Amino acid sequence: MNDTTAPQVSLFVTCLADLMRPSVAFAALRLLEQAGCEVSVPTEQTCCGQPGYNSGEFASAIPLAKRTIELFEHAEYVVAPSGSCAGMIAHHYPRLLEGAWRERALALAEKTWELTSFLTDVVKLDTAPAHPTALPPITYHDSCAGLREMGVREQPRQLLKTLCDVEVAEMHQSDVCCGFGGTFCAKMPGISAQMADDKLASAAATEAAILTGGDLGCLLNLAGRARREGLAIEVRHVAEILSGDLYGPAIGEGDH
Amino acid sequence: MENHSELFYALSHDALSDGPEVKRRAAMAQFLPLMRDMAMDEFGAFEELRQHVKRVRQHTLDNLDYYLARFELEATNNGNQVHFASDGAELNSIVLDICQQHNARRVAKGKSMVTEETGLNHYLERGGLDVVETDLGEYIVQQAGETPSHIVGPALHKSRESIRDLFLEKHALGERELNEPADIVAEARRVLRETFLTADVGIIGANALVADTGYSMLVTNEGNGDLCANLPSVLIVCTTLDRLLPRGEDASAMQRLLVRSATGQPQTCYTSFYSGPRREDDSDGPLETHIVLLDNERTDILASDYREVLQCIRCGACMNHCPIFAAVGGHSYGSVYPGPVGSVLTPLLSSLEQAEALPNACTSCGRCAEVCPADIPLPDLLRDLRHDLSEQKVTPRRWRFGMRLHAFVAARPGLYRALTNLGFGLLARLGRKKGSFQHLPLAGGWTSARDFPAPQGKTFMAQYQARQAIDE
Repeated sequence: MNDTTAPQVSLFVTCLADLMRPSVAFAALRLLEQAGCEVSVPTEQTCCGQPGYNSGEFASAIPLAKRTIELFEHAEYVVAPSGSCAGMIAHHYPRLLEGAWRERALALAEKTWELTSFLTDVVKLDTAPAHPTALPPITYHDSCAGLREMGVREQPRQLLKTLCDVEVAEMHQSDVCCGFGGTFCAKMPGISAQMADDKLASAAATEAAILTGGDLGCLLNLAGRARREGLAIEVRHVAEILSGDLYGPAIGEGDH
Repeated sequence: MENHSELFYALSHDALSDGPEVKRRAAMAQFLPLMRDMAMDEFGAFEELRQHVKRVRQHTLDNLDYYLARFELEATNNGNQVHFASDGAELNSIVLDICQQHNARRVAKGKSMVTEETGLNHYLERGGLDVVETDLGEYIVQQAGETPSHIVGPALHKSRESIRDLFLEKHALGERELNEPADIVAEARRVLRETFLTADVGIIGANALVADTGYSMLVTNEGNGDLCANLPSVLIVCTTLDRLLPRGEDASAMQRLLVRSATGQPQTCYTSFYSGPRREDDSDGPLETHIVLLDNERTDILASDYREVLQCIRCGACMNHCPIFAAVGGHSYGSVYPGPVGSVLTPLLSSLEQAEALPNACTSCGRCAEVCPADIPLPDLLRDLRHDLSEQKVTPRRWRFGMRLHAFVAARPGLYRALTNLGFGLLARLGRKKGSFQHLPLAGGWTSARDFPAPQGKTFMAQYQARQAIDE
């Protein structure tokens, strides 16, 4: 396919999807193609620099930010299956860089999107293969960066409704942090675990079988805590659910 | 200032071990944001007023010299004596001097975080004075020998039962039950009335200082501030110089945001403007009034990259919405100002070394900045403090080294792919059956609290490039 009118999307894979859960990035690829985009994956990409940036190690983050700009600035759109990485590029690169690099960062910020908001707000995806079976009840955790830096709130819910015919079972305070916070979860594990427990209790109260969200960082944290506490809830990335990839092991679960 | 912020790790650990307390904090963390959201929805003009107040605050701070001079002139013309204190010790000694000049024995205090910052109570007590806090929450923590755990609700950390037991122990009032909140409040009121009527000096804080009239504004729900200000013959207002606003209408605009942000009320029970001592035709009021303006690092903060923190109007909304504050409570921060704004202020008021934990006690979730009525970019300021911690090598060497190593590898895609394919490929094979690891070398911070989910299989890039090769 070489359709010049198709939106040209560069997929920002995110390091967590690359290393921990490739199915999230493949799901994103399928969804974008289904929406009529021509998707490329720059294979030189690694990490957006967020770990260093949020740790205050700006000197470590700057070269990674510049690399990412060079790799993605020629794209028509940059899409990431993560509000946090998209937020890093769109919201924080301009803050981190100066001079001409700042201008380039601002230009990149303009065309950088979180996956679900790109699918609803730009390409208006509204058809998908119907799921062969009805989905179990699903609850959605609003990741902080997606919600507050990228304005993602209704988009994933709308997609779950239109593509999967499932209404989100809303948990209490879905907009409160799960306790991941990058290096925070390793620096202050006790507080992080308490926050994850609060989130998991809110999710359990909805009686949903699946806890989903748009950021793998939060989901790894919640799945890891759920496994530690022996909770039954499955944790999956929303891109996997939207693309119908529901049959492999959930995050943190083994091959049965 | 009593500051134990270096104990954050230990204090928060203890706070998390107290089951019933954890539950109570979680309940408050649901209730307070709900109140605030309801008030803001009804109000409807949050964003416009917030931007207005932010502009006013920034303008005042940009021209602080002018407004300070104007305030001093107007307040003096109204008959006040205006004092400047460069640090907490100076404020304390100015206040003690005034008390001693009047042979004061008893001081009635309205709520004031600034005097918590300077440790005024203990200083006056050592000077032989009887100091009584009259805000109910402050009174409770004073009786318990504690410090406030929240800047708006000082006794938010205490259960009704513990307050009942405290009053039964501290007040020699004979047999009674105190099972109902109303009975507890009535008892405090009875005890405090005696204080108001017998105090020689009243000390209050100020939510705002109005430059063009020389008035100070105080917002309370209990009216105790007015009684402290009007019944004793001497009034001392203690506040910091960043409380200044140009005009009365600016104070009014700020107050509309302050109250909704703090407690979710459209209005508090009492908002008072104090002009100065009793005039000839006044029926009551103090005979002599003093205003003590504390700097204590504020002019340094004003000249630094952290000046936006001075826009704070002390509503406590960032605390009410911070999930970390909700988990560990205000006392864990070990400092006068807890929560997100405190985590910015405390290192600036004390030292980065001592307060090292506080800028890190944040997930950058941004909920505090979302609700902040002064639009302070708290997560950005906390991240900048982490940058300072790293630059000044306060951050442990293993973290700094780890981040540099990560950046070194991530900037070299060939090396990055080789290492990640090897490492994560191995982890995926080892973890396939169980799906996650209970222990993992080098990931102790993670696995101390949660399992480490196993990688799914080969990395995305390895799989993707293999597919591309087949397609070609």
